[in-house]
Amino acid sequence: MRAKAEIPKGGFNFDNYRRNVFLEKQGLGLPKAIKTGTTIIGIHFKDGIILGADTRSTNDTIVANKNCKKIHYLAPNMYCAGAGTAADTEQSNALISSQLELHRLATGRQSRVITAVAMLKQMLFRYQGHVSAALIIGGYDISGPSLYNVHPHGSSDKLPFVAMGSGSLAAMAILESRWTKDLERDDAIELAKDAIEAGIFNDLGSGSNVDINIIEKDKVEILKNYAKPNERAVKEQSYKYKRGATAYLKEYVREFIVTEGDAMDIS
Amino acid sequence: MSILEYNGAAIVAMMGKNCVAIAADKRLGVQLMTVSTNFQKIFPATEKCYIGLAGLATDVQTLTERFRLKINMYKLREEREIEPRTLSHLVSTTLYEKRFSPYFVEPVIAGLDKNNQPFICGMDLIGCRDVPRDFVVSGTASESLLGMCESLWEPDLEPEDLFETISQTVLNAVDRDCLSGWGAVVHVITPERVITRNLKARMD
Amino acid sequence: MNPVDFYNETLTSVPTEHGFYPYESNGGTALAIAGEDFCVVASDTRQSNGYLINARYAPKAFKMSEKAVLANSVFAADGNALVRRLTQRIQWYKHSHEKEISITALAQLVSNTLYYKRFFPFYTQVLLGGIDESGAGVVYSFDPVGSYGLEVCRANGTASALIQPFLDNQVEFKNVQFDDKPRMTLDRAICIAKDAFTSATERDIYTGDHLEIFIIKQDGITIESYPLKKD
Repeated sequence: MRAKAEIPKGGFNFDNYRRNVFLEKQGLGLPKAIKTGTTIIGIHFKDGIILGADTRSTNDTIVANKNCKKIHYLAPNMYCAGAGTAADTEQSNALISSQLELHRLATGRQSRVITAVAMLKQMLFRYQGHVSAALIIGGYDISGPSLYNVHPHGSSDKLPFVAMGSGSLAAMAILESRWTKDLERDDAIELAKDAIEAGIFNDLGSGSNVDINIIEKDKVEILKNYAKPNERAVKEQSYKYKRGATAYLKEYVREFIVTEGDAMDIS
Repeated sequence: MSILEYNGAAIVAMMGKNCVAIAADKRLGVQLMTVSTNFQKIFPATEKCYIGLAGLATDVQTLTERFRLKINMYKLREEREIEPRTLSHLVSTTLYEKRFSPYFVEPVIAGLDKNNQPFICGMDLIGCRDVPRDFVVSGTASESLLGMCESLWEPDLEPEDLFETISQTVLNAVDRDCLSGWGAVVHVITPERVITRNLKARMD
Repeated sequence: MNPVDFYNETLTSVPTEHGFYPYESNGGTALAIAGEDFCVVASDTRQSNGYLINARYAPKAFKMSEKAVLANSVFAADGNALVRRLTQRIQWYKHSHEKEISITALAQLVSNTLYYKRFFPFYTQVLLGGIDESGAGVVYSFDPVGSYGLEVCRANGTASALIQPFLDNQVEFKNVQFDDKPRMTLDRAICIAKDAFTSATERDIYTGDHLEIFIIKQDGITIESYPLKKD
């Protein structure tokens, strides 16, 4: 007999599929998932790779998160910036990152960028573009620094500088006019910042702050909110209410038993 | 009309000084017809952590039971209560598992962790987590709630002030949304107690 | 395709129909608050289309007379056309009646002008703020085909859902159970308008760039301008 509480084996589950198709036929539209609108870029510089991203995620025309993280961890020497459906970029990165970790434990070697790219593109190709993740993968491995982008259908490029997302045109305009081979570290960071800011200001799907990751040989620097060009101004007045302003009908209070001293650590 | 708007809901969670609050309306409707004015949308996960589920009511109740199972299984396996952050990942992966046949639910999680640090988390229907330091909203009144929160919320509110702010947010937001309202419930979670209040609201 | 099907297809096919949609949504938000002896009309100045910004300074609010300001949102081209048409009608009114048009008459004129195009409407939501013959602040809001009403405070445009409940709460004191509700002063109205817009700018991608506040009083109209976030 099948156990009642079975631990799922992993992979996607299509249990609700027929019901959802039925609901759709009833004239109920399917809801939209959170997108990352997004400007993301990656550039080569003299000693490594720089990844850049804005921090806005949108639910249609409303900002869902003003300071989200779009540069994800893949391996100690490798990071990945994602655009597209936010859940897809996050989950596919988490999946590949865990597989890379297991691979490292099995082989005892540093992960290679090309391995991660191959795994990601094979996964995305398998889902025929339905997992809508557009990624920029940057890392430093045995063959030096390398930078790739992967499209939602599974195609990839190896490029000296790339931009993706709805703000990619604005960002690419900056990169095309100013990128040169063997940029100095500081100049490259400035270029990345300016490219992201072009996306932030000229593309409505991108906004808020600039995140920068610098990946060099045996060294990674994470500059979360490297630039904050969009701080909210101080409000004109406080909207704190006088206590008792809201009428309520019933109240239940659930008191906890607070134990004295340190509780036993069981975690 | 979207499936998420079929039954109507308004849920909001806010962070205060060493406390969190989560509030929801109480309406259950079928499109524009109100069926119940006492529908539960916020469920306790642990003593100091609550989950709010906005969206299709059948999925709200199905998921409540699934989460209850998973939370209890976690407790049996780990011999400890689940932390709010861990719970948010559990909810996220449960939703993402159904990426191509989703549950039509947008959850909100609010709670205090083992060090009594406040934690709030919002999610879309396929489990994209959003962990802000101020507030999260969900449901058909999400735009109204967002506008209210953005104007009214300020950092470091004491539990009683947080109650006023979250209550005014939810009451005024649902009054401008025809699919939610008909009463509201607020939980304020502090290290010492949970205060639950049923608000007096417009019943139209 | 086999030849018989192709033959039938050619016989039964209709001419290709090209879709023509003459409207566009340019985003933006406007609000108006009526006080005892003043009126505040505020609007942002961003004009956009999809994910692109057309213009960072394209005003949506216009002075119609010494005592009335009109703000419109949604489709900028129709909004501008409406304002031009109204400006001309106000001039005609002035010449034929030898007096300035009152806000009540202007509201009716706006309604008529909108309803005149009932079956090819001006795709615009209109707010009219000003002071009436008795010197009291008034706000009228219109739907695209001329239905209108008198209000105390109103927000329209892409961020209307974000701002309206806030105005209900802060201007009309909805859901607050205290008796000592403060009188609406001009300073407070301006503060509320500014905070409403900075909040809306945070969350609505179509609201931003600049905020223009028209202050209408018995002795004339003044305009204040403030920067908003540009992302």
